[in-house]
Amino acid sequence: MAIRNYILVCGGTGCESSHSDEIYQNLLAEAEAQGVGDEVQVVKTGCFGFCEQGPIVKILPEDSFYVQVKPQDAKELISEHIIKGRQVERLLYNIDTLKQKTAKVDDIEFYKKQYRIVLRNCGFIDPENIDEYIARSGYEALEKVLFDMSPDDVIAELKIAGLRGRGGAGFPTWMKWNFTKMQQNEIKYVACNADEGDPGAYMDRSTLEGDPHTVIEGMTICGKTIGAHQGFIYIRAEYPLAIHRLEVAMAQAREYGLLGKDILGSGFDFDIEIRLGAGAFVCGEETALLQSIEGHRGTPQPRPPFPAVKGLWQKPTCLNNVETWANVPVIITRGGAWFNKIGTKDSPGTKVFALTGKVKNSGLVEVPMGTTLREIIYDIGGGIIGGKKFKAVQTGGPSGGMISAENLDTPIDFGGLSAIGSMMGSGSMIVMNEDDCIVDVAKFYLNFSVDESCGKCAPCRIGGRSLLNILEKFTSGNGTHEDIDKIKAISHAMQVGSLCALGQTAPNPLLSSLKWYADEYEAHIVDKKCPAGKCKKLITYVIDPDKCIGCTACARKCPVGAISGEVKKKHTIDASICIKCGACMASCKFDAISVH
Amino acid sequence: MAKMTLADLRALRDAKKVDIKKRATEGKEGRVIIGMGTCGIASGAKVVLDEFLTQLDKYGITNISVTQTGCMGLCSVEPTIEVIVPDMPDIIYGNVDKATVETIVKEHIIGNKLVNDHIIDRPASDIMSDDGDK
Repeated sequence: MAIRNYILVCGGTGCESSHSDEIYQNLLAEAEAQGVGDEVQVVKTGCFGFCEQGPIVKILPEDSFYVQVKPQDAKELISEHIIKGRQVERLLYNIDTLKQKTAKVDDIEFYKKQYRIVLRNCGFIDPENIDEYIARSGYEALEKVLFDMSPDDVIAELKIAGLRGRGGAGFPTWMKWNFTKMQQNEIKYVACNADEGDPGAYMDRSTLEGDPHTVIEGMTICGKTIGAHQGFIYIRAEYPLAIHRLEVAMAQAREYGLLGKDILGSGFDFDIEIRLGAGAFVCGEETALLQSIEGHRGTPQPRPPFPAVKGLWQKPTCLNNVETWANVPVIITRGGAWFNKIGTKDSPGTKVFALTGKVKNSGLVEVPMGTTLREIIYDIGGGIIGGKKFKAVQTGGPSGGMISAENLDTPIDFGGLSAIGSMMGSGSMIVMNEDDCIVDVAKFYLNFSVDESCGKCAPCRIGGRSLLNILEKFTSGNGTHEDIDKIKAISHAMQVGSLCALGQTAPNPLLSSLKWYADEYEAHIVDKKCPAGKCKKLITYVIDPDKCIGCTACARKCPVGAISGEVKKKHTIDASICIKCGACMASCKFDAISVH
Repeated sequence: MAKMTLADLRALRDAKKVDIKKRATEGKEGRVIIGMGTCGIASGAKVVLDEFLTQLDKYGITNISVTQTGCMGLCSVEPTIEVIVPDMPDIIYGNVDKATVETIVKEHIIGNKLVNDHIIDRPASDIMSDDGDK
């Protein structure tokens, strides 16, 4: 019997953690039980990107978009949608409770401004079934490269496309390939950087989980182009699902003869091995990553020589990030000129962002370069949670900067973000609102960089720690204006003297926040106050005597006995005992406790 | 499967492309909507739906999606279906059975001709289309 409905269940990490596997199993069982088992096909796909509303279930051909589905909803989805053809209203995605419920994916704001190249198959195909990838023009680019194009043709196509490395630095991909190709060496390597480590970033993880073959195909194309026969994917051990799907995909590709000896009878051999990272952030830096693949301690090496000249085991190595690899097959199939028209002149193509923080629609978004931050945060992200005021957006992780409201209309591309003191980075985008303290956030990122510094070079090891000490002074009310000058001097030393990008860019969140949020630093240094009420040493909890009715709720909750007062009489907090845990404020039903 | 040659890969892709295209909603130019209320199902709408999928496959038509809806209000002439294709008026057909399906596919969808014996008028304009007229 022919299949009349397709039920796509999101199998991304986010949805899996909220029982999407159980939903998948229940849908299969219910379809069978209700007699339509052979008329519907239930497919587990990669991440749809709309993680805020997960688990997501999409039913085709109606294109109904169900959100926050629970395992027990399976029965109703089958009996109502599949058998009776009625959409299950209560599960449809709702833009606004006042507006009509949205049924179709095309109507959802979250998807309207997006353009999916890298994520073209995510949420559509079953990542563990190679046939579905092949059906979506998969391995067509490899065919072209093996049989119709010369290595120079491939590089020329990438040059026309103008693809820049998506790992963060934006180095032109064609140049990197060309450098590696030009090296005279019998042994060369291809490597994939899947050591995604920025806080809040999960673009590469979702790409690998949703469409592993696109990375395998991209790497194989590179192998043929530069003359390499072995590839390595360096991936964090913390990504078990991505690793599993890669392993399945590689096994299927080998079975089909798309990896291994004599690929498709062309005489070209190429295979890929997976290497697991143990979670060190610095291993995302290319030279440290290559060290780690070789089995050494992951520490950066001086460049030059660049990996294209001397990489893995001193052989020429072409290393690209997951997202870069995922763009390659599309460029080869559709042509560089097609790709170049998308995005901006400076940065053609799209960029995937992991949009998180205080936005309504957290998720994975892919937009053409040149889209503004405002469009991403307000149109796709749905604005700030709880109607609060926007304060900052952080891009580029610990290497990037904080972007203030003045710069929200900046078009996003490599040049645009650098111009406002941030950077593209790998694609994490964390939105902050008025409740977040900028000094505290800068401290968080710096703390991260200090923790993750490998300790090999002094500017990063000592400079980072010194900066952190100064920020500790600010947040405890001991800062002075001289400290600001010190910050600038130390930062400069780190930027010019550190061995790798970790140290060179670690001061960025601090410097950009100093520039755009000088007021907030002033408040910490001069007034000894934290306007957002985050820095514990600078705040006091106060009970408003007009609102307090003496219910004793706060006094009973206080873990250190800092609150005194008799029943039905005003209570007071002894600031010298208070540990600023905030338990009293949470327990007060009369809104009588506030932070100063 | 054993290792593939280039020809094998192309053949496999062509075969699988047809399957996966059915899943995509974009690029579909027309729709066949089957009334699958209790009345429709009782009069054999499910057989009709399956037959549509089979016939569309048979004629290699990939740009028409087959969807279902509830009762159209024409319970006396169930199963009812609506066919929406470019350059043709939207038509509701009633008393559709397995045999009629192939006629509709051949004449209406491929041949752009109405299947006169089964045309049923819309029962009533609804508030949505009333609003649209104003």
